[in-house]
Amino acid sequence: MSIAARQGEGRVGIRTGFNLLVIVASAIAALVAPFVIYPVFLMNVLCFALFASAFNLLIGFVGLLSFGHAAFFGAAAYVTAHAAKVWGLPTELAILVGALAAAALGLVVGFLAIRRQGIYFSMITLALAQMFYFICLEVPFTHGEDGIQGVPRGTLLGLINLDNNLALYFVVLAIVAAGHFAIWRIVRSPFGNILKAIRDNEPRAISLGYNADSYKLRAFVLSAGLAGLAGGTNAIVFQLATLTGVQWQSSGEVILMTLLGGIGTLTGPPIGAAITVGLQTYLAALDFPVTVLIGLIFVVCVLLFRRGVAGEILAYMRKRG
Amino acid sequence: MPIDRALLEIEDLNAWYGESHVLHGISFDVREGETLSLIGRNGAGKTTTLRAILGIVRNRTGVIRFRGEDLTVIPLHAIARRGLGYVPEERGIFASLTVAENLVLPPVVKDGGMSEEEIYELFPNLAERRSSQGTKLSGGEQQMLAIARILRTGANVILLDEPTEGLAPVIVERIGEVLQLLKARGMTIILVEQNFHFARKLADRYVVVEHGSAIDYFGASELDAKMAGLAEQLGV
Repeated sequence: MSIAARQGEGRVGIRTGFNLLVIVASAIAALVAPFVIYPVFLMNVLCFALFASAFNLLIGFVGLLSFGHAAFFGAAAYVTAHAAKVWGLPTELAILVGALAAAALGLVVGFLAIRRQGIYFSMITLALAQMFYFICLEVPFTHGEDGIQGVPRGTLLGLINLDNNLALYFVVLAIVAAGHFAIWRIVRSPFGNILKAIRDNEPRAISLGYNADSYKLRAFVLSAGLAGLAGGTNAIVFQLATLTGVQWQSSGEVILMTLLGGIGTLTGPPIGAAITVGLQTYLAALDFPVTVLIGLIFVVCVLLFRRGVAGEILAYMRKRG
Repeated sequence: MPIDRALLEIEDLNAWYGESHVLHGISFDVREGETLSLIGRNGAGKTTTLRAILGIVRNRTGVIRFRGEDLTVIPLHAIARRGLGYVPEERGIFASLTVAENLVLPPVVKDGGMSEEEIYELFPNLAERRSSQGTKLSGGEQQMLAIARILRTGANVILLDEPTEGLAPVIVERIGEVLQLLKARGMTIILVEQNFHFARKLADRYVVVEHGSAIDYFGASELDAKMAGLAEQLGV
């Protein structure tokens, strides 16, 4: 085998090794953490980790910057909350219905947005998400400024009471892990390779015989559905669905998390989500406005480590390896 | 062995890049199993002709008929699915995929394509580097990969744009051998090539392109008689 071939394999090896290390370390940390840290905070981190990873599926692997992903997260939160509270659906089914609703909304938004590229794509997603925000403000079932409150956490398959934070934590952990496993499978599948090919060189992928728009739409729907899975789960955790979930700042936050962690890496978005949610939670008690601080961190990130935390670590390991 | 039947018919093809009118009513046809070479100076419109056939240049008028079907009205991605494989000048290897992933990426459009093993036998360099990132390859290896991935799809027409450009003589020779093999297997080849000495070993017929139209057509047997005129026209 030539040196170059070995180097190529070495690089793949570093990436796999790094991912494996992060997975094992995360698995151990995730199992121990709720006994040390407040489980509700951890569940919030987990939900945003999935939200950021779903967003990263689109920007990192298809090259599409959606500026309206909050619509999917927030829509699923409303639908899950309504399904659990008003329709009385079991918790797991309510979350599933929420995720499917987000995927359906993703189909509509994606269908309109993928016709344009670059900044125009982002602006269309933002505009449609803002339209959706105003719908949520006006329609009766969302209860406007009050939101849907007192959503029952219910039970898992009618067996385990999810009012217990620790029990709910492990359910959320399983949902988020399953969501990440789905993303990992998508990215590494032949379908994922076609997405990457479209990201790298769209005209070339088309001339090889792929309908790029159709693939982009499928990725968009998957990303929206997974963002919805995160949003629905979050509504169960906080027993609440409000306008905060659908407002444009949430779309901005998920971009920030992904950038901070590392666009196009599988481990980056959860890291970014943990940093952002951690700062928001623990700095909330300070007098200093958190948004300013997060803005500063964002500026530092862009100036000093543009590849994000995971991206920089990977680049460092590649350089050394 | 060429069969006397038009597989691809191009009639009065015009194409524009923005305001710039590049193809001025070029017409020619390609028969099943033959190797047709488009020759002409730089900027004559050879690459644009290929790009217009494949719909990459959208702004075009005229007739492009493949097996009797009008290609101008079908979606871009469907053209490859009819069995037309394109190897562009810039090769278009996907940067984030490995050699093996690049190779299996294009959809299989017809039966009769080569298996991965056959392709790796044909291009041992690629076999050695199958887990390398696509862009870490040398120019010659990228060119081989660009051709190789079309062979897997079962496409029976291959459109090659300057396959030897910037490559070492030994690589050019290898690519020539591969194209001879494809020709022997009955593949229809449309070759745009500045390297006239390379093209003349392969081509059955020539179309001379000048200012976006075809100014002369002749068969390989007429080449010697045409050489003096061509030398003046093309500067070869």
